[in-house]
Amino acid sequence: MSTTSVLGGVVRRKEDPALIRGTGLYTDDVKKAATVHVAFVRSPLAHARITRIDTEAARNAPGVLAVYTIDDVRHLGPLPAQVPVGKLRPLLADGVVNHVGEAVAMVVAETRAQAVDAADLVEVDYDPLPAVVDLKQAASDQIKVHEDLESNVILTWEAGPWGNEEGIAETKAKIAEAKGRGDTVTVSLEMRNQRLLPTAIEPRSVVAEWNPGYERFDVVSATQIPHALAGAIAKTFGLASNAVHVLAPEVGGGFGCKLNIYADEILVCFAARELGRPVKYTETRRESANNTIQGRGWIGTATLVGTQDGEILGYELEALCDMGAYSQNFTAAIPFLGVFVGSGQYRFPTYMKLDCVATHTQTTDAYRGAGRPEAIYYLERIIDAYARKIGKDPAEVRMKNFIPAEDFPGVVSPVGFAMDTGDYAKNLRALIESDAYRQLVAERDRLRSEGRLAGVGIATYVEVCGFGPSGLADLGFSWSAYGLPSSFNGSGLVRVNPDSSVTVIIGTGPSGQGHQTTWAQIVSDQLGIPIDRIRVIHGDTAESPMGIGTFGSRSAAVDGSATYLAAQKVRAKAARLAAHLLEAAEEDIEFGDGGAYVAGSPDKRVTWEEIATVAYQPHRLPEGVEGGLEAHAIFSPANATWPFGSHACLVEVDEETGDVRILRYLTVDDCGNVINPMIVAGQIHGGIAQGVGQAMFEEAVYDAEGNLLTPSLLDYILPTAVDLPSFELKRTVTPSDVNPLGVKGIGEAGTIGSAQTVVNAVVDALSPLGVEHVDMPLRPKRVWQAIQDAKGGN
Amino acid sequence: MQVSMTVNRRAVTADVEPRMLLVHFLREELGLTGTHIGCETSYCGACTVLVDGRTTKSCTMLAVQADGAEILTVEGLAQDGQLHPVQEGFWERHGLQCGYCTPGMIMSAVGLLQENANPTEDEIRHGIEGNLCRCTGYHNIVRAIEYAAAKMRGEEPPPPEWEHEEVIA
Ligand code: FES
Ligand code: FES
Repeated sequence: MSTTSVLGGVVRRKEDPALIRGTGLYTDDVKKAATVHVAFVRSPLAHARITRIDTEAARNAPGVLAVYTIDDVRHLGPLPAQVPVGKLRPLLADGVVNHVGEAVAMVVAETRAQAVDAADLVEVDYDPLPAVVDLKQAASDQIKVHEDLESNVILTWEAGPWGNEEGIAETKAKIAEAKGRGDTVTVSLEMRNQRLLPTAIEPRSVVAEWNPGYERFDVVSATQIPHALAGAIAKTFGLASNAVHVLAPEVGGGFGCKLNIYADEILVCFAARELGRPVKYTETRRESANNTIQGRGWIGTATLVGTQDGEILGYELEALCDMGAYSQNFTAAIPFLGVFVGSGQYRFPTYMKLDCVATHTQTTDAYRGAGRPEAIYYLERIIDAYARKIGKDPAEVRMKNFIPAEDFPGVVSPVGFAMDTGDYAKNLRALIESDAYRQLVAERDRLRSEGRLAGVGIATYVEVCGFGPSGLADLGFSWSAYGLPSSFNGSGLVRVNPDSSVTVIIGTGPSGQGHQTTWAQIVSDQLGIPIDRIRVIHGDTAESPMGIGTFGSRSAAVDGSATYLAAQKVRAKAARLAAHLLEAAEEDIEFGDGGAYVAGSPDKRVTWEEIATVAYQPHRLPEGVEGGLEAHAIFSPANATWPFGSHACLVEVDEETGDVRILRYLTVDDCGNVINPMIVAGQIHGGIAQGVGQAMFEEAVYDAEGNLLTPSLLDYILPTAVDLPSFELKRTVTPSDVNPLGVKGIGEAGTIGSAQTVVNAVVDALSPLGVEHVDMPLRPKRVWQAIQDAKGGN
Repeated sequence: MQVSMTVNRRAVTADVEPRMLLVHFLREELGLTGTHIGCETSYCGACTVLVDGRTTKSCTMLAVQADGAEILTVEGLAQDGQLHPVQEGFWERHGLQCGYCTPGMIMSAVGLLQENANPTEDEIRHGIEGNLCRCTGYHNIVRAIEYAAAKMRGEEPPPPEWEHEEVIA
């Protein structure tokens, strides 16, 4: 191997110099000459028939170029979705509005202020219809969300194992039998996993331009899926995908909310072509809250049955999952991701039934973790409740029910999915046998002895990520909805330029994950060319091979592996060229110290400059050797990856106010091999913060009429620096066997592991009072109420 | 209306609409797009700049109110190609991911360290409470500011955490 191995080493990020100087370009920073601006007229009602739209006054307002309604764009069809169940979203409201904030008309004007002013002049008459917001009420079908749909339950995912009816019946019978035994304990809790607003700090933004001469759209968008966006635009306008150039420049956080195709992205293209001007739309924070996809929104009952000494005999989860009014990219597929991890890293029979329920609210879709945090939350909360009930240590109960490490490879989880590698006991032991954990417990006991409410929570998680496998395409997850039939594979292109600098081009669309650095490490490791000579290009559909995008903690495992394979091909070609230059056998060529040399005689060497030069002067090459020094590779993963880990935290609850403080937070994560530990730690930190945010602060609250009561950052509370402790991280390393790098993915792990850890800790703190559960978010008022209820009940 | 101010040590004069916010003036009139907009309602801190040395959310201020003021934005921090210690700290300690909150966060940190050269972790956390970051969980932002504070005091910054990361094979 090369002598400059940088895999597993900390490298300062290549993307940072621009970002810390303020010269990084985000979508809203893009300036195209003669750009015009968009404002939307939005529905104030959750469900109503539109009886009249009068755009006359708006059309005549200063600076206005056009006002569009559905009549102008109906022919373009609704937004595509990968799981096209329920109702697809029309580009603008078509006769009825189905959630507050739904766009009814689009105004285009010379300036943004003029567009906003003119939007106020559009008159819309509504005939209000009954709205249904509450999930249980929606599931009862008393009020239909869409008249023409049979039921508000647009899809049901059932597993135990998934897709196996006989197996499901058997599992149900086993669980019923266990419950019926006289010597078992059954615990059951109804819990909410509340709706969240993803809240990337960068609002979504898009600018589109149409060049009639080139017959090409040039689109800049804050998206995680530039290729899918190009495909969607092309399909909508009947163009080839190469007639649409999408660039995702710096993207200021995604977390799933930019893993979607939005109507505004299509509409700015439409307007740009109609008007012959670049058209830009940047959402306001309020629009971001109301109109960018939301996450979670489950209410479910988890039931667990086990013996008195901690052997779990069965687990059931039945939940209603809020889809909102319209299905978009992955909407109804999100609960399916919960099914994947529904039995966690455990071996007990598991039955799941997840109903996807439409309501008159904004669409839900992927938000960091996407289905997996919800599923793991229910599982790890109910295991905790069970351990408490039988008076056993919650770690011990988990340990007893883990899938043993010896079972790998070849493990198929109780819900029916093949898992790559795992050593769950080792990981949990690394947590509970650490000094830090002992200190947590000792500190809790000390605080308790002073009469204070303190608690320690632990929770373990397994997640599925690194999507793949390619075979998901056979289940319909193939991007065909966007005209780009492609499986969940990875791709990477590595090019050594004539001056021996390297350009790496990848199809991902990162939003802070540090791909430029990580990919440069992968390529530098293979070629021995220093990282500062490597430039990584991403998010640009004109430059890059087809890429699926950055989400589901998939980039390193899938696209990173593809890039690794491409670099290997380049290396093999370079060896051939070096062998020619050195008049040696190809097999004897080794790389190092800025070039290649003959094994055993390091003086016989050529530099990368010499190799690159000859590559681009093919007349100097022997016959049959092609010029150039680049390669593209596709990596088709045979399976997803399954990271796992253990979290613990210490909390104190103020009995008087209900205020919760997290005093310490520990994790032991296992994401397989690690390319850059600094970046991995950063992903874990951010992930924990979002899980803690859900546990303690965040909630998208709708009133009964379907108004979002939390549209600003004043009402939708994100954790600040003061709300969080420093995090104490460790890792175990169990390499994946489904990709050549042995990596698993870490983008979502922190979020998947954390919310229940905090709730378990708070319940532990309140357990002396008899509290068994408190729903998230654990705001002071709710915790205080739980304390009062418990005291009143005593 | 005409306004004159000093932005990043350069005098600027411009005609602006009375309702134009300072952040729009910086971004649109001066092309200083390093100052970001996350909410336009004073909650996120992405737009933080220094106005006469004081950290200010530039979406809460009209351009005309800044008449005669001295403004420092993230673009003006580095001098003669030398990064400001706070910028260096963010790079050295991975204090940013998507980078969107970063300019505002850096300017808040600069303001904080002007007032308190040797802040505790708690003081740092309170000092940046008005700046939201959705990516980092603030952990490495705190480390970045600790790094910068040490540097500015002429001391050796604490070593990075990854040097003593515990990994169990
Ligand atoms: S943009 Fe000024 S505080 Fe958010
Ligand atoms: S680095 Fe993304 S919001 Fe702070």
